[in-house]
Amino acid sequence: MKIPLKNAAVTAALAAGLAIGSAAHAVESEDPIKLTIHDWTGQYITTHIMGEVLERMGYNVKYVQADYIAQFAGLESGDLHVAMEIWETTGKQAMEASLATGKTIDLGENGMRAIEEWWYPLYLKDDCPGLPDWKALNECKELFATAETAPKGRYLGGPVTWGGFDDERAEALGLDYEVVHAGTDAALFAEIQSAYEREAPVLAWVYTPHWAPIKYKGEWVNFPRYADECYDDPSWGMNADKAYDCGKPRGWIKAVGWAGGDEKWPKAYDAVRAFTLENQTMGGLIGRVDLEGEEVDAVVADWIENNEDVWKAWTQ
Amino acid sequence: MTASSTISNLRLRLLRPATLNRLMAVGAIVAVMVVASRVPWLVAYPENWEIPLRYWVSDFMKWLINDFDLGLFTFRQFTRSIAWLLNWPLVSAQGLLATGFELEIGDSAIDLPRLSWLGVIAAVTVLAHAAGGWRLSVLVATCFGYLAVFGQWSSGMITLSSILIAVPLGAVGGLLFGILGYRSARMERGLLPVLDLMQTVPVFAYLVPVLFLFGFGPVAAMIATIIYATPPMARVTMLALKLVSTEVVEFGRMVGCSRWQMMWKILIPSAKPTLMVGVNQVIMLSLNMVIIASMIGAGGLGFDVLSALKRLRIGDGIEAGLAITLLAIALDRVSQGFTHRAQPAHKEQPKRFVARNPHLVMALAAIVLATLGALFIRGLEAFPESPRISTNEFWSGLVTWINVNFFDQLDAFKNFLLLNFLIPVKRFMLSLPWSVVVGLVALTGYRLGGWRLALAVGCYVAFMAVTGNWEKSMSSVYLCGVSVIIACLIGIPIGVVAARRERAHRVVQVCIDTLQTLPSFVYLIPVVILFRVGDFSAMIAVVAYALTPAIRYTDHGIRQVPAPLIEAATAAGCSQRQMLWKVQLPIAVPEIMLGINQTIMMALSMLVITALVGTRELGQEVYIALTKADTGRGIVAGLCVAFIAMTSDRLISAWSARRKRQLGLA
Repeated sequence: MKIPLKNAAVTAALAAGLAIGSAAHAVESEDPIKLTIHDWTGQYITTHIMGEVLERMGYNVKYVQADYIAQFAGLESGDLHVAMEIWETTGKQAMEASLATGKTIDLGENGMRAIEEWWYPLYLKDDCPGLPDWKALNECKELFATAETAPKGRYLGGPVTWGGFDDERAEALGLDYEVVHAGTDAALFAEIQSAYEREAPVLAWVYTPHWAPIKYKGEWVNFPRYADECYDDPSWGMNADKAYDCGKPRGWIKAVGWAGGDEKWPKAYDAVRAFTLENQTMGGLIGRVDLEGEEVDAVVADWIENNEDVWKAWTQ
Repeated sequence: MTASSTISNLRLRLLRPATLNRLMAVGAIVAVMVVASRVPWLVAYPENWEIPLRYWVSDFMKWLINDFDLGLFTFRQFTRSIAWLLNWPLVSAQGLLATGFELEIGDSAIDLPRLSWLGVIAAVTVLAHAAGGWRLSVLVATCFGYLAVFGQWSSGMITLSSILIAVPLGAVGGLLFGILGYRSARMERGLLPVLDLMQTVPVFAYLVPVLFLFGFGPVAAMIATIIYATPPMARVTMLALKLVSTEVVEFGRMVGCSRWQMMWKILIPSAKPTLMVGVNQVIMLSLNMVIIASMIGAGGLGFDVLSALKRLRIGDGIEAGLAITLLAIALDRVSQGFTHRAQPAHKEQPKRFVARNPHLVMALAAIVLATLGALFIRGLEAFPESPRISTNEFWSGLVTWINVNFFDQLDAFKNFLLLNFLIPVKRFMLSLPWSVVVGLVALTGYRLGGWRLALAVGCYVAFMAVTGNWEKSMSSVYLCGVSVIIACLIGIPIGVVAARRERAHRVVQVCIDTLQTLPSFVYLIPVVILFRVGDFSAMIAVVAYALTPAIRYTDHGIRQVPAPLIEAATAAGCSQRQMLWKVQLPIAVPEIMLGINQTIMMALSMLVITALVGTRELGQEVYIALTKADTGRGIVAGLCVAFIAMTSDRLISAWSARRKRQLGLA
């Protein structure tokens, strides 16, 4: 069962008549490398591109659905092997804790830059001309208020599991907003879509690489620029008593792997280390899947087909 | 009647001893509340009194996973080998139905294709015919045909294969537990609370330990499914074995059966029809788990639902969700068909296998022929692309249309309910001192079932405060309470109508079957689009899911009213209205209360799902614990959910039993 499921039909059709194919070139170990997949499309694509490349190198690859944070337990025990996207913005603490155990290793940045911030659609500019400066938020709190939150404004944050310190940020910056946490990615963007269709006010957590900033025209709120001290040192920034009085960090996206894999599949791990893609490329691929409704596998196969020189370089 | 006589009438009523007692009780409660609200530690449970149970549980799990040594091997090696063992049938079933096999012989690989979709459809149709005749076979063929035509075949077969492995394991496990419980009363007493916990602790709570012990992947998902789906089977087994008539048992003794023979040759065969009800429940509950299982790597239809909704492709989500529903309906009806099939008891059985099992042979032949045919005709392997149908545009368009045109009305309606009902109830619940709630619940327990019940429910409620989950628990009680009230306000009248009109009954049946098996995530996202993230959306999802038992039990309860009573009432000249209000409803009340009890259970089981739209209560606590892999936190919060469920269950059951006795129905 080394065939990824969606491909199974195609592969099986090609192999109709009990076709006998030749196994790929020799690799260090035939055991499947287990790549984790999570619940956002970008990660799914990244992982499948990497998986496809590893398969072309002759490795057996398996995709395992695992939770973004919970997966570290699996990576430490060797049940899972490679996680392609750990975002500095959301996964840094969990990753560092896990690296400290010595059972996982840092497989390097993958070239994409994560942006996560408070976001609003462009059509609100007329109603709240002070934006994107964060100081305008309090002036426009009535615009963003709902019956449940009035007189405070309503900011729709990500699922609590994403972290992000939005409750702390609102407090530290004296924002008169109630932070409502969406339970999942899907719920978050469902609400944004609903507002966008009606051109209604919405202030929410959006991140990129993702299809939403491609599909919806909008802007990030400009908070005081993030610095490490802002999160660690209360005295830093405009609020002398509280930390988190700044925007969210923008940062790297890294791959993390099970430490034992370096000995088991050294070349495969090197390829993961070499993996690099840019935001723009990824944004385009995500758009094709989420907006145009193409199958992930087809998009990945297409990319692999047309960018052989790019991924061949990773395998050297 | 003049005003003064009304007042004196009222005074007379107030002075009746029963009323006086009640008034005094109310007065005492109010007094206690006033006193309690002055003493801080009686209002909010002090933090430093909290028992750090969650850390103990976490430490215990760590020890269990890392250090527990059984002598020859560690506990983890033991569980991992179970996982390895279970992986085989699962992989084989998946290979056969969904992915095909890849055999490696030396340096070359041979691909074996999966079973042809046409063959599988033909086979299930033939088997359905054996179970229930032409009507059933048409139904089953339609359900499976849907999977093919709507492009759900591969995913559907992955889901089906995990169900096909999980259900027998769950059924056999439940059967064995049930037999143990039947054999010894002490065993039964020990088993019942465990079954309660297995059913009411949210699955997310024990996913983390399951993942640690059994590894990430489909097997862990399957084990979680089995834990969730087994209890009804064990319960039904105990009940079914007790119900076997004494004549049959005595006959067994007379012919000198051994214990073993008695169980397997006499008791189990006689109890088979009831046992099949349990199997049926296992199937339905396993399918309920499809979405959650896909979150930890089961793949299949559940994964399709989730990934479609992540992309807000509502139509795709509905199609995949409906595929789960149809799969559930097909499996349910076929298993019921085999249960009800009239078995000619002592017919001469033909000797040859083919003659004995004509349906099975035909089904196998169809699969083999079509799969071989698939080697030559491509369309037989996977359903051809071109005739596939998609309704995505329609559904997405519909939701957008409602959103754009009716949002203001919906919003006004939502705000009305929120401001006048939900928020006040929430504030009230959160303001109650914990000591008063514990006291009131224990008092109710005492009135309904004596000291034992009072002690049990009192401890359940105190547990929430002692483990530091009080506020979250009260939020859960509020969300579920409000939802249950609304579900009853909608469900009971529908049940009444269904009970009195055959046609309505049939329509309602189809609707509630669909509601119960359609994954709630499917309607959760459209609900968020229309009502925003928050308690209201969560409430709608809970009501939609928990409505079913309110309708079902009301319908059933009214139908069960003894015919002589109806005749007597008719003879006495009751009008339709009097018949309903004075005869049918009062008699059916105990049954309806059991329905409400089930409604509460189902509402609580939805807490985990509502956490996905951002409610702040125990469900979210469990969900956070899952994503942080914090075993103790998850299990303790899960236990709080279970204890809310068990409190309401014990109280309502006690009340219902008492009421039945009063009505002379027990």
